[in-house]
Amino acid sequence: MEFAPHTDADLERMLAVVGERDLDGLFAHIPHDLVLDQPLSLPAGLSEDEVLRRLAGMAAANRTEAVCFAGGGAYDHYVPAVVGALVTRGELLTAYTPYQPEVSQGILQALFEYQTVICELTGLPVSNASLYDGGSAVAEAVSMACAATKRDRVLAAMALDRPSRTILRTYAQPFGRAIEEIPYDPVTGQTPVAALGDGLAAVVIQQPNALGVVEDVRAHAEAAHAAGAQLVVKLEPTSAGLLATPGSQGADLVVGEGQPLGQGLGFGGPTLGFLACRREQVRRLPGRVVGQTVDVEGRRGYVMTLRAREQDIRRERATSNICTNQTLNAVAALVYLTWLGPQGLAELARACLARARHAAAALAAIEGVELAVTGPFVKEFALRLDVPDPHAAVAALHHAGYLVGPVVEDGPAAGAVLIATTERRTRAEVEGLADAVERVVKETR
Amino acid sequence: MMGDQRRGEPAVFEKSRPGRRASSIPALDVPAVDPAEALPGVELAAQPPSLPELGELDLVRHFTRLSHRNHGIDVGFYPLGSCSMKYNPRLAEAVASLPGFRDLHPWAPDEAAQGTLGLLWELERWLAEMTGLHAATFQPAAGAHGELCGLMLIRAYHVDQGDPRRTIVVPDSAHGTNPASAAMCGYQVVTVPSGQDGLVDVGALERLVDEQTAGLMLTNPNTLGLFEVEISRIAAALHRVGALLYYDGANFNAICGRVRPGDMGFDVVHLNVHKTFATPHGGGGPGAGPVVVSERLAPYLPAPVVVKNPGGEFHWDHNRPQSIGRLHGFHGNAGVLVRAYAYLLAHGGDGLARMSAKAVLNARYLAVQIAEALPLGYPQHPPMHEFVATGKALRRHGVRVLDLCKRLIDLGYHPPTNYFPLIVDEALMVEPTETETPETLDGFAAAVRQAVAEAERAPELLHEAPVTTPVRRLDEGKAGRELVLRWDPAHA
Repeated sequence: MEFAPHTDADLERMLAVVGERDLDGLFAHIPHDLVLDQPLSLPAGLSEDEVLRRLAGMAAANRTEAVCFAGGGAYDHYVPAVVGALVTRGELLTAYTPYQPEVSQGILQALFEYQTVICELTGLPVSNASLYDGGSAVAEAVSMACAATKRDRVLAAMALDRPSRTILRTYAQPFGRAIEEIPYDPVTGQTPVAALGDGLAAVVIQQPNALGVVEDVRAHAEAAHAAGAQLVVKLEPTSAGLLATPGSQGADLVVGEGQPLGQGLGFGGPTLGFLACRREQVRRLPGRVVGQTVDVEGRRGYVMTLRAREQDIRRERATSNICTNQTLNAVAALVYLTWLGPQGLAELARACLARARHAAAALAAIEGVELAVTGPFVKEFALRLDVPDPHAAVAALHHAGYLVGPVVEDGPAAGAVLIATTERRTRAEVEGLADAVERVVKETR
Repeated sequence: MMGDQRRGEPAVFEKSRPGRRASSIPALDVPAVDPAEALPGVELAAQPPSLPELGELDLVRHFTRLSHRNHGIDVGFYPLGSCSMKYNPRLAEAVASLPGFRDLHPWAPDEAAQGTLGLLWELERWLAEMTGLHAATFQPAAGAHGELCGLMLIRAYHVDQGDPRRTIVVPDSAHGTNPASAAMCGYQVVTVPSGQDGLVDVGALERLVDEQTAGLMLTNPNTLGLFEVEISRIAAALHRVGALLYYDGANFNAICGRVRPGDMGFDVVHLNVHKTFATPHGGGGPGAGPVVVSERLAPYLPAPVVVKNPGGEFHWDHNRPQSIGRLHGFHGNAGVLVRAYAYLLAHGGDGLARMSAKAVLNARYLAVQIAEALPLGYPQHPPMHEFVATGKALRRHGVRVLDLCKRLIDLGYHPPTNYFPLIVDEALMVEPTETETPETLDGFAAAVRQAVAEAERAPELLHEAPVTTPVRRLDEGKAGRELVLRWDPAHA
């Protein structure tokens, strides 16, 4: 199946206009040794029905029926029907970056509204129009902090999720920028306010952290500022229904993974990263930013602004290389947050909290099972199973119909298994998980 | 659509009323918890964030009305150069929303993800075949992300050779992302000029590469839509000094199934699957920018990578000691890659070769149709999937290419890319793609001819355009000065 509409008569007429005998002639000016003389070794093309059937078979080879208690940055929140219905509208789905604002007001206004709800969730006054994901957003925020402080040392909590720490090191490597780690407290799981030392650009923590534990953002902000550094917080966005915003607690840069905001699981992508900052950092923002203005008749309208930061204008002196980002995912996040509303977000966060508390109590009551750390948690917690191989236990639980994890990979809680409870998890599912955990621990101890 | 578009759509916050809502959350079947009691010492929100409060119907109307204020490929011709705005098959959307893909957790055990892992493994083989290279990573979420990744691979390679290098060469016609990515990877950018014919000045290139050159970033065809016919000599010049070649895949739609970057001497390639393989652009993403590399760069790819074990099962291989690390918190934009896979499966190898030929045919045909009104900036070589015309002759009527673009909007067409590449005065970069009929191309060409004629006869039509859109020209200066970047009733 192909999508070019040309009839044989079209081809004949058009080839005559351009002065070629056949389609191959269009490539005749390319050195002959570079032009393929046989088709690519790919399967033969298929009809739409055949493609769909083939892909349905592959999709069915993924096993998604297990009850999802997995976390680690991606959570099984319900995605309301309106999200898919609205973001698949062709005018939005098949548009591109709004270079022509007069015919792109839909996307531009939606991004402006998205920026507003991100400001509300983070407690900071400025948001960009999205980044690729939460992990790369951490790296971008750290680059902003380094530019603002003209310093290069970075302290990252070990209780920042592991992919984000790896991304941070990957982005820092070309600049020889050292990423030092702050271990978490082995008892509480919280990141202590450490001695920060000299020449520090940024402290990076996660709220709640990679063990699910709520951090004291205010204390970290005060310590970072006393050292002349900026505080970067990676925020799990649904926690804003319950916890004070990091911006209100002194964070300078708040970023996060937008997956919980109406994106679905989707193997972790596409989702979005969000990034918010203080007003004085606005010219260092990576990526697109939308601003409000008026047209020649005085009507309100929206445009991409602060364009002098961007790669297509500033080239190697740009604040980032971002061009295509995650616009449609940002629109989905806006639709989702509008669907939730403030009451819905608060109810959702409280439901996660209640279900997490219930699940933790039920699981920790099992012999050979305990909470790995004692700090306060809201949606996700780390469970220590008295088993020789936690990965094998996770596999056994999956066979029993429960997806849990990931397994904590380093630090004092290494080997603990993360359990997350969204608003969707029921008492019966928690009881089922508890039975399965009890069985697995008993069988493998 | 009712005829009230020009009255504007209020901000969603203006439609908000306290206590109104669309959401429903499952009732608790476990004990409710008092947050203050459960979280002693934790600073709680005094009130939830000020999100908009709307009923579901008004929510749907708001976003539906916003969509009416937006142009997409589904609405009409969208010849945005360098962006391959071709038809986005709805088949791909149907495939990506299959529950097995949609509901898969990123940290699901490998045995639960065999469908997706197998798809990625096969897609890697296909991309390797199409590019003439060896192995791929799927982590980059967009083309520029792929550029950053590819440059990190080049850097890791040179460092491993005990020979860290300082500079990346880019042509003066390159996409802005190229130099920006090089800077993000710690390189100094050296610009190589284009010659009189719009191709890289190979003599100049040979003189400026040296043992500090880490690599060259190039699109081929270049941003003028012209094939760099001396690519083999270019590659030899770089390889002679130990530097590598990076292929920016933004223009791959011109040559897919016809010419392979690996055969031209490129060592690393990113592909924009939202361009060549027609996954929706989404108003500016999500895309995906998989990076495909030669054998010598494969050890440095981000981890993990998909491997197939002798038993035929697929798994993530995390044991990659030479890996540069990670660029994505999960596995990249997997859902976009599923769409690309479906697109490739539909076309097959033959179909892809026909796709690129028809893309070139449409561009060449359209260039001929408008050449008299707007000549090519560099007419010495035939354009491929896109062409760059110059509107400099309009200046004598006091008309800029921007004015022409705005007039095209009133005539029913999304304008081409303008003022890029920088080496063409008053540039108009037109990429029709293969999915447009000759009737559409003829209609667009007629509109261009009309607008160019009007520039002489009635330039005010161009200066005042657009007049048919929900808003007219916007004050970008005011936006930049006042920086109203979020809803604020004080600025309503």
